Amino acid sequence: MTDLSETAAKSDISFFVNGIAVTVHAFAMERLIDVLRIRLGLTGTKEGCGEGECGSCSVLVDGVLVNSCLIPVMQASGAHITTIEGLATDQRLHALQQAFLDCGGAQCGICTPGMILAAIHLLNKIPHPANADIREGLSGNLCRCTGYMQIFEAVADAARRCRP
Amino acid sequence: MSNDRIVGKSVPRLEGRDKVTGASRYVDDMELPGMLYGATVRSRIARGKIKSIGFRPVVNWDEFVVVTAKDIPGKNCIALIGDDQPCLAEELINHPEEPILLLAHSDRNLLAKAVEAVSIEYDPLPPIFTIEESETLSEIIWGADNIFKSYLIEKGDVESAFKNADYIIEAEYTTGAQEQLYIENNGMIASFDPQQGVTVWGSLQCPYYVHKALMELCGLPEDRVRVVQMETGGAFGGKEEYPSMLAAHATLLAIKSGKPVKIVYDRMEDMAATTKRHPSRTRHRTAVSKDGKILAGVIDFTIDGGAYKTLTPVVLSRGALHAGGPYYWPSVRIRAKSVATNAPPHGAFRGFGAPQSLFAMERHMDFIAQTLGISPIEVRRRNFLKPGQTTTTEQVIQEQIDLGKLLDRALELADYRAKKETFAKESLTGNKKKGIGIAAFLHGAGFTGSGERYLNSLVGVETCPDGTVRVLVSSTEFGQGTKTVLCQIAAEALGVRYEDVGIAQPDTQKVPNSGPTVASRTIMVVGKLVHSAALAIQQTLRSSGLLGEVYSPEEFRAACRQHGVFRSLSRYQQADNISWDEENYRGAAYAAFAWAVYIAEVTVDLTSYSVTVDDFVCLQEVGRVLHPVLAAGQIIGGVAQGIGFALYEKVIWDKGRMKNGQMTNYIIPTSADIPPIRVFFEELGNLHGAFGAKGIGELPMDGPAPAIVNAVTDALGISFNSIPMLPEDIFEALMANGSQEPMPASAAGDRKR
Repeated sequence: MTDLSETAAKSDISFFVNGIAVTVHAFAMERLIDVLRIRLGLTGTKEGCGEGECGSCSVLVDGVLVNSCLIPVMQASGAHITTIEGLATDQRLHALQQAFLDCGGAQCGICTPGMILAAIHLLNKIPHPANADIREGLSGNLCRCTGYMQIFEAVADAARRCRP
Repeated sequence: MSNDRIVGKSVPRLEGRDKVTGASRYVDDMELPGMLYGATVRSRIARGKIKSIGFRPVVNWDEFVVVTAKDIPGKNCIALIGDDQPCLAEELINHPEEPILLLAHSDRNLLAKAVEAVSIEYDPLPPIFTIEESETLSEIIWGADNIFKSYLIEKGDVESAFKNADYIIEAEYTTGAQEQLYIENNGMIASFDPQQGVTVWGSLQCPYYVHKALMELCGLPEDRVRVVQMETGGAFGGKEEYPSMLAAHATLLAIKSGKPVKIVYDRMEDMAATTKRHPSRTRHRTAVSKDGKILAGVIDFTIDGGAYKTLTPVVLSRGALHAGGPYYWPSVRIRAKSVATNAPPHGAFRGFGAPQSLFAMERHMDFIAQTLGISPIEVRRRNFLKPGQTTTTEQVIQEQIDLGKLLDRALELADYRAKKETFAKESLTGNKKKGIGIAAFLHGAGFTGSGERYLNSLVGVETCPDGTVRVLVSSTEFGQGTKTVLCQIAAEALGVRYEDVGIAQPDTQKVPNSGPTVASRTIMVVGKLVHSAALAIQQTLRSSGLLGEVYSPEEFRAACRQHGVFRSLSRYQQADNISWDEENYRGAAYAAFAWAVYIAEVTVDLTSYSVTVDDFVCLQEVGRVLHPVLAAGQIIGGVAQGIGFALYEKVIWDKGRMKNGQMTNYIIPTSADIPPIRVFFEELGNLHGAFGAKGIGELPMDGPAPAIVNAVTDALGISFNSIPMLPEDIFEALMANGSQEPMPASAAGDRKR
């Protein structure tokens, strides 16, 4: 982490998180993950490596899957951000969350939020993914527990449930 | 009550909903008022003495809390098996990540600069970095002879068996260090109150290990040290012993500052400074008859322990006890030793020594087959252990395991014979070579020998005011499904709904010590205790007349409410027929073994020299499967780590320090690298485990590496005896192998230069 206070002043930056408008008083170069976790208390977004390799910090920014550890918050100005906290509605799990639960797609849970967001991004692009699409679509998100197979099952299962 | 309604069924993961919604609380998700953030100043040399410590005035040092070894209230050590590892170095440096100073500040962004601003001068001493250097004794860096521990296992008359052998087959096998690479880095929060004592919350496997270490470090009685496990984002052994170090560091900063302190490592520090799998070297010298029967063997198993003892003696023990594989040795001598080097201590990692020695054993079986000109199937079949025969420690196999049948089924599932034939034909041409390989193996469940008796585990089950029950254990969940399966066991035992059973957060102030969550012991050993504690609850309700012989879950809850809150405890008792001679390493090493045959199918691309695993069959006997989805998840996950161990994960050492401590350059399998991993179970049951379960967690780590390397050897026709095996290693081996063209003639024309 760099010493931000020496190089810049804070400013107000506004964007939407899970449909809610927020304004944060932050350094322009603060990492989006830190703003989400520390300033906004949305701790469902996880840090695994801090260099964009593991994908645990994945969120959707205007529908695009990004590693929030690599994005300065100013880049999110005006954007619509979706985090894991924004998926379940009224206590009802999103189809992907339910499928991860049923198929064993979550073990320790630390990669799960990012993995589910990557899967949402994949299903938005390819509603009926072939096995190879799933493998490719999730290859930016590392999981050390599951060996991925039950995650593949979960994604395929959710695709069936979403669009019969 | 109907039998088996819950056990054997894939009920929802107990904490699963929180995990898929992001609501789970891991240590880095927790903040306390006034909390400071801590960082560690580490050595920059592998071995030497600290001459002086200076603080360059590039930060305002008045704002920082600084802790040195002088601030330790009790003993400067991380208490485990030995007490040789200091919490903070005072003078002597033994590895290049040795912690020396601790810093804390309220602004975490200032810490990196402050760590850099500490300048330490050293008088360097000559370091040693390899097993071979350590063995020469050119430098004594630990004890009198650089040896942490050695074991000798002897059975039968080895010498005369060698005299009568048709073949004597010798080879050496090595395995590298491997990083656990849990996705959640190590992290801990500590707070201190002069009256209450120390409390830590962290990512950890073994609350009572941390508890013991903090008591010695702080000189506090047990009721003034409290350890709470937060949701833990993967562990694999990597959070067995290291959290004691991290908890000690956070605690010292909390005591000195009077404020809560959080230390969460970043990935590079976690990979560089925390434990990894022990590098190993195994030498096999085997006497074999001309019909392929093992007559005798001498196995020299040596592991690199790093700079301090930590868990090395126990890892060595498990490696030695698995060194003979699932085979019958009429006579054998196993000499095991662990040596010191000036690298950070190596430690627990899923499999715990067994993946190392079993890699050697299963490669050696293929080598024996090749030497004798018999098939890898036959050499195994002719030597498999049978019920009534004895292991290397002369433990009589009492389970009715038929390894020949297990092998047959695996061969059929993998379509082995047809593939072997096709691959042999296809590999004559083209630049993609296909091969298929087998590994047969076993894994002992629970602590070795008398270990479970020493652990003396205690488990509780209690009734709650609303009539539900709660399991009380220090056994932790870090992905395996501990909470889910222990609740299944209690629900099944009591004849209540799964939803009517909860489990307490592991907290040393609230749960009894059910032992560490390691050694594939939780479901088998702790589960069995949960079962008996639950039955005692039922018994109490019945004898007080509140519960009939037959009852519904509602009636059970009503009986609990009527009785009022109470608790039953159950303590481990070793079965009479399990006896172990620690001095001679003889007897029943494990209460039960899980058995397996894995088959890997690979393609080696002679353009890129990369290996792709195309299919992976895993067939295992793990006793009764209590939760099919979780059990399959354990196997698949273990296989994926085994694929990494064999083909991807290479720690590059630079003077005792990990040079590639990033996910960018230390590569683990991604979703694009994983073959279809096909999981099959045989279920023989087990007298010693809850509802017939055996240990399962570590088994799948043992087989993939030898199966894959056997397959690569099959594909290329040259032997590989060392892992990890990266494309450059395959290229070099092919170049070095005079009899083999590095590039087949048929492919040369396609090559772009």
